[in-house]
Amino acid sequence: MDFINHQLFIKDINVHIDPILPKKTAIITHAHADHARFGHDHVIATRQTIDIMKIRYGDKCAKKFTPLRYGQKYSIKNFDFTLYPAGHILGSAQVLIEKNNHRLVITGDYKVGKDETCKNFKLVKCDTLITEATFGLPIFQHPDPKDEIQKLIRSVKINKSNCHIVGAYALGKAQRVMNLLRQQKYNETIYIHGSLEKLCQYYSKEKINIGKFEKVSSKDKSFYEGKIIIAPPSALKDRWSRRFPNPIICMASGWMTVKQRAKQQGIELPLVISDHSDWNELLDTIKKSKAKNILITHGQEDALVYYCKKQNLVSKPLSIQGRSDEEIE
Amino acid sequence: MKKFSSLLHNLILTPSRNTKIKLLQDYFKILDINRAYALAILSDQLSFQFIKASKLRELVYEQVDQHLFDYSYDYVGDLAETISLIWPTNKEGNSQNLSTLIENIKKIKKSEINTEFSKVLSELSNNERWTLIKICTGGLRIGVSERLVKTALADLYNKSVNEIEEIWHGLVFPYENLFQWLKNETSKPKIDFKKLFHPMMLANPIDEDKDFKRLNAIEFQAEYKWDGIRVQLMVSSKSVSLYSRTGDNISSAFPEIIETTKGDAVIDGELLVGTNFKPSGFNDLQQRLNRKKASKELQKKFPVFIRAYDILFYKGKDLRKLSLVKRRKYLEKFQKENKTNQIDLSFIINFSSWDELTKYKNNFHDDLNEGVMIKLKNSEYLPGRKKGYWYKWKKNPKLVDAILMYAQRGHGKRSSYYSDFTFGIWKESELVPIGKAYSGYTDKELLVLDKFIRNNTINKFGPVREVKKEIILEVAFDDVFPSTRHKSGVAMRFPRIHRIRWDKPVNEVLTISEFKKEFKLS
Repeated sequence: MDFINHQLFIKDINVHIDPILPKKTAIITHAHADHARFGHDHVIATRQTIDIMKIRYGDKCAKKFTPLRYGQKYSIKNFDFTLYPAGHILGSAQVLIEKNNHRLVITGDYKVGKDETCKNFKLVKCDTLITEATFGLPIFQHPDPKDEIQKLIRSVKINKSNCHIVGAYALGKAQRVMNLLRQQKYNETIYIHGSLEKLCQYYSKEKINIGKFEKVSSKDKSFYEGKIIIAPPSALKDRWSRRFPNPIICMASGWMTVKQRAKQQGIELPLVISDHSDWNELLDTIKKSKAKNILITHGQEDALVYYCKKQNLVSKPLSIQGRSDEEIE
Repeated sequence: MKKFSSLLHNLILTPSRNTKIKLLQDYFKILDINRAYALAILSDQLSFQFIKASKLRELVYEQVDQHLFDYSYDYVGDLAETISLIWPTNKEGNSQNLSTLIENIKKIKKSEINTEFSKVLSELSNNERWTLIKICTGGLRIGVSERLVKTALADLYNKSVNEIEEIWHGLVFPYENLFQWLKNETSKPKIDFKKLFHPMMLANPIDEDKDFKRLNAIEFQAEYKWDGIRVQLMVSSKSVSLYSRTGDNISSAFPEIIETTKGDAVIDGELLVGTNFKPSGFNDLQQRLNRKKASKELQKKFPVFIRAYDILFYKGKDLRKLSLVKRRKYLEKFQKENKTNQIDLSFIINFSSWDELTKYKNNFHDDLNEGVMIKLKNSEYLPGRKKGYWYKWKKNPKLVDAILMYAQRGHGKRSSYYSDFTFGIWKESELVPIGKAYSGYTDKELLVLDKFIRNNTINKFGPVREVKKEIILEVAFDDVFPSTRHKSGVAMRFPRIHRIRWDKPVNEVLTISEFKKEFKLS
């Protein structure tokens, strides 16, 4: 595993995984902005990740694209790369790197729980596991998302003259919330912030059931009474949200576990819906991967490193430049 | 329990005052005993002897790894919430109702508290557990003041909130007489006002730009504002008792006051430490606070006295509707009749213009007052912080530039942000911390500091981060005392961040000896 450094860079063959700056060859785990950037020479990723990168950054956001199917092996010199589903968002992947019989897995962002909007997580056994730790504290034990979405549906039923604005990241979370609403038989049109439109259209095209949606327009205020509107979190505090009648501000995020965080952000109806693994899922993945060497990135590394050491696993935090906790999608 | 815990959950997340009132009213509409428990909890009148923060930590350490708990607590910044989330079970649904639960907990014997209370915690959902821990540790901090609870009750039953306020301290759990009166089933509860703690009249900070233009100086008088603790002294032929500003009986801690005071009155004043009515500073007073008793030695070393501001009752007569000037006459009369070495009168500053008063505020020779109180001469004695009657005008704070050294995440509404700052000044070539502050900055400054800390950490000691020594903070503080506890040898009173000094290089910060000299500590 010495072949990869703390920046997820493989020097021997000049390949980066999820680099922040433009590089020659970049393997991209998924299309969130803190992983997928503009300007690489060569991008290797799933077809859907490449599609979404093109939607967000334009067709020319990289010089060359190599789409890989899940499970399809791709070799550069004596390194073999295979992508496996990460269950995080549409197109998200873990990267298996094999060299001289050493198997190293970079999970990227992942969740173990079921999700109709993307292929579900596949556990890959390995010698070295580089895992994310966004929710790497034992306080994070995500509830069933169905119960959370029922809270929203109930509130909509009770508060008929209010509208509900749900803060959700534009890529992945927004569509997951829409899909969860459909699973719970909410069949009304869902209204979306303009920045979500192209991504929602793409999800629909990819046959993900997000139901009927419509971009918010300058209709009469009362039109939005009783409606559900989905917007990126940044829009919640913006002037944008003032056009709606008595909005109840909701947020779909794993961070909503902590009341004080919800309060800080002015969230009245927190919905604990996460696209990351919770504490138990992180521990379970570490255990089942059979890896003896655990590197931890993205988020609350300290507690997870401590836990791994107690299990006699070799573990250390990887601090990847440009990513601090709590800013990630 | 489920209902009450979702009430608290909704209250903490609702920014709107009206919605909070509505949530409270919906709860108070229930007609059983649970609402009395709710009222006691919301007004912080319920407490459990055995279950304190330290006990709760002990219990949670039996359930989860101590380090994992500590990492989590550092992140969450709220003990009740951390415990409620990290507890290994999360049972939805069938909990007992609020009153049964509390009565059952009260029955737990001290020797069985660990197993029995853990059992209770395990039977609850996360949110109920959070609620119960908040109830046990007191101080809910859910953005609902006692006043708001009273307002909700008053509005629900078309009464005036002041009427409730007036009898409040005479009411006891389960408040049957209150609820009956609210529903017009009986007349207003009869309270013996003389024996009752009366909510104090408080002042608002003056707005120098607006208020001085608006207010007519000759309608006001002023007094010095003293840095002690505000007290209410109740004297009758039968007993003498002393209450803190929040209505706690603190008589036993100040026997010299209780033993020497005579007469029949209710006095409002400031408790100070000093001899011959010369106060010696808050640092000395602190030696007498938060104690149940005071030894003879302590009484001798740190003698206390009361500087009287006001009088509420005199020989059974309610003076609160009289003007301040008239009450003062009664106060002087009381003092003359009952002279002791433990009570003197606050000095009245007469002035004819605001400019004249400014001189008093800033140039007063004694360093021990905090500024002045400005009081409307014909003000009645009104409970709470009513606008337009009493104002406080604090002296300009002392200022020092210091270097940011360490930071820690804050609690409550600032949890997750690095908002507790330790700062220091030079002692030869090394820096020594001189204080810690967690307020004073604007929201914007907090974001900047938080970002700086995350990007410039050079060391971590558990939850504490040491940062690059690059940021200079201008720290405002009320006073500074010599201290043997701190490496720097000084202790500040109420330090807060005044602003960030982007313009100043770190080598221009004072040394500790220069600092002591400037503030006359050596």
